[in-house]
Amino acid sequence: MNKNVILQVKGVNKSFGGVKAIHHVSFDLLKGEILGIIGPNGSGKTTLVNLITGFVKADSGLVFAEGKKLSGLPPYKIAGLGIVRTFQIPRPYHSLSAMKNLVVPLYSSRIMRTIGGKLGDRDTVALDILEEIGFERDAHVPYKHASTFPEGYLKRLELARCLALRPHVIIMDELFSGLSVSEITAMIPIVEKLQMNGMTIIMVEHRVRELFQIAHRVMVMNFGEKIAEDVPDAIIKSELVKQAYLGVT
Amino acid sequence: MNIFIFGLVNSVILALMASGFALVYGVSRLANFAHGALYILAGFATWLFLNRLGINYIGSIFLSIIIVSIIGGAIYRFLLIRVKGMPASEIIASLAIGIAIMELFRWRGFISEAYMLPPFVAGSVSIAGVVIDWQRLIIIGVGLAMMLSLWLFTHHTKVGLSLRAIAQDKHASMMSGIEPDRTAVIALAMGSALAGVAAVVILPLGNITVETGYMVLIDAIAVCIIGGLGSWAGVLAGAFLLGFSRILTAAFIGPHWQMVVVLLFIILTLILKPSGLLGRQKELEERV
Amino acid sequence: MDEKIRRRERLDRGIKVRTEGIYAISSWRGIAYTSLPTAAFVLGLLIIPLAVTSMTWQKIIIIACVFAFLALSFDFLAHFVGIVCLGGAFFTGVGGYISGVLNSAFGAPLVITIPIATIGGAVICTLFLLPCLPMRGIYFAIVSLMYPLLFARVIQALDIFGGTDGLPGLATFPNTWVELYLILPMILILTFGLRRLVNEDFGIVLRAIKDNDQAVRASNINITWYKMKAVFLGSAIGCFAGAYLAHLYGWVGISLFALDFSIFPIAATVVGGVGTLVGPVIGAIILTMFSEMLREFGPLRVVFYSLILAGLVILNTGGLVPYLQRKYYQFEHWIEI
Repeated sequence: MNKNVILQVKGVNKSFGGVKAIHHVSFDLLKGEILGIIGPNGSGKTTLVNLITGFVKADSGLVFAEGKKLSGLPPYKIAGLGIVRTFQIPRPYHSLSAMKNLVVPLYSSRIMRTIGGKLGDRDTVALDILEEIGFERDAHVPYKHASTFPEGYLKRLELARCLALRPHVIIMDELFSGLSVSEITAMIPIVEKLQMNGMTIIMVEHRVRELFQIAHRVMVMNFGEKIAEDVPDAIIKSELVKQAYLGVT
Repeated sequence: MNIFIFGLVNSVILALMASGFALVYGVSRLANFAHGALYILAGFATWLFLNRLGINYIGSIFLSIIIVSIIGGAIYRFLLIRVKGMPASEIIASLAIGIAIMELFRWRGFISEAYMLPPFVAGSVSIAGVVIDWQRLIIIGVGLAMMLSLWLFTHHTKVGLSLRAIAQDKHASMMSGIEPDRTAVIALAMGSALAGVAAVVILPLGNITVETGYMVLIDAIAVCIIGGLGSWAGVLAGAFLLGFSRILTAAFIGPHWQMVVVLLFIILTLILKPSGLLGRQKELEERV
Repeated sequence: MDEKIRRRERLDRGIKVRTEGIYAISSWRGIAYTSLPTAAFVLGLLIIPLAVTSMTWQKIIIIACVFAFLALSFDFLAHFVGIVCLGGAFFTGVGGYISGVLNSAFGAPLVITIPIATIGGAVICTLFLLPCLPMRGIYFAIVSLMYPLLFARVIQALDIFGGTDGLPGLATFPNTWVELYLILPMILILTFGLRRLVNEDFGIVLRAIKDNDQAVRASNINITWYKMKAVFLGSAIGCFAGAYLAHLYGWVGISLFALDFSIFPIAATVVGGVGTLVGPVIGAIILTMFSEMLREFGPLRVVFYSLILAGLVILNTGGLVPYLQRKYYQFEHWIEI
């Protein structure tokens, strides 16, 4: 097995009732890369994310992470192995402040195992993480209730939640959706910095132009199937991809 | 043979009791804890009409079923509609209303054995060597008729189809012009009517007591959980499973163990197949 | 068209603003203002029994405290963990019967039966409720409602543990003062303890589970395990109440599984103030007093408090404690727009 492969998806299939959402999808994720996943609406991107992270059980096929079988594990165990995801529609804890939102992942067994007693006060660690991700500490932003935040902050909070778990792999489900161009421009450096520090990232995106600026490789899905997997330049030129997005010519 | 026939009767009884609850839950995702209250409300109303107002039996039955449906629909339209969407509040509110109604009857003194409804046809008949009273046979007949008419209603009338539509996908139905609130009122009215039908057919077998109300609620819920919340076939499956197991328990182990069996089945269902025997666990709903 | 529209505006009172945070200790008046509500609550609970001399009223206060336990358990589970438990009676029944059986069959004294009933009862209740935890909330509500009714019937039908007649002749407390001053400090400890717990990291995780359990799952936390701990705590509180009742009356019977113990705490919580943890205690006291005053009406009382419960829930009122808090910390006036 190639030592650089951090995640392996082999032949997964999933149907919901009569609808075949994922049809025999396979791919490898290389350590330290940013893999983009694009495709028209309904192509099964989010279902794929759900399958990998355990929120949905595959009908057949397997998922491996560094040799360990992920298929069949419940979501919390997969997160415990260092594979985390953001949600397309942010899911903050509305009744808690942004800071307290992060206390939850810091209370997880993964953190307790790897860091143990040296974690210190969870509130402080939470504030540090939030500051790194752009929550201005001076303006008391971390203390505000999560229900008051606009979309850009909520997306960052999602990312912060993932980072709090000290993962190896982050799967970002449409991180850029709902953000303005300037907000995206502010987020891109954060993503790049993560990758440069050794994080492996999968980005499921609709905003193809922005994605192609940072992705190393891109996978294209359509109607539940993988129709292409290559570097961004090749994808742009691919006839197959154009047909998928624009229809049969 | 004895067991088969009485098991059948019991199962039909359970199915009748549970159908009202299942309908309301299936269509509007509302667990109507006032179901038991509506059941005995129908019973007491029929008794009142028959014995205090001197209306003939058939008339009393019709009147009380109509009144119970109106009350059921009104409970939704004026009370439960305000807590729509907040599951905790829905449960508490319908439970509180149900208890208020049942305890009101208890206060008014409807606890002695004097309250009985006469059977439709007195006496019994012998079938295949088993003596069975006419009322029980009527129950089987009514049960089958109800199932058939419900099936026809929900598959061939506009209102019925809209009920099924909302049960399957609320948002898509709304986009087709079906109003969820109006449908919920209809569902609750029908559910109450079903409870009423069950009541007038089953109560002649015994007395009308407040305790019956609570028992009906428990039985209906047990059937729905075991068979699967939100599935018609589930109601039947659960009813038959529970009905026959109770008869078998009563016959071979002892009548007192019936309750234990109910308890056991519920726990087993929750552990082994939480969505019930034939329930459709809505995987999609819980997803991202 | 010169229409003057008025709206109500709420502002923090001056003294509230002046006593924010550390400034609470900047003046005697400030200290008094910030500590008055808590002091009133604590002293009220501890002292009123001394002030009230009649036996009946002392009994009433004790009963109110028992219901306050159940109300605390309900409020904690429903509003901080998202678990709506309609089965307070399940806890009282199990706790009561365990201590009753231990005392009656084995002669264990009440200092032993009560702790064992609390912990053992909690274990049993949690085990029975365990299958419902991974599922949608409505299953828990339904099953928790059914268990006490089913258990009562089973005990009756199998004629075990005393059957319909129950187990009489249990050990009782030495005197009323012990009864009172065992339970009152416990209520205070529990109320303030729970308030502290929900702000500790563990409590934050529980509240997160209520808000958004998918996100908690994605954060490497086993939800079922945490819910189980919460249910254990909630049921321990209820089982304690049941065991206490058993030794208060010296008798256990299937009436410990009565629906009353399930409904009253919910009504008390709604009246007192949902999610405040202090509200349920106050609500329990108010409703018990109410209940006493309406004693002649007998079973009609249940009708009253079910209707009150239904009404309050439907009208979505906040409850007494939030109302008092608003009045205490803020003032209102009409302004024109």
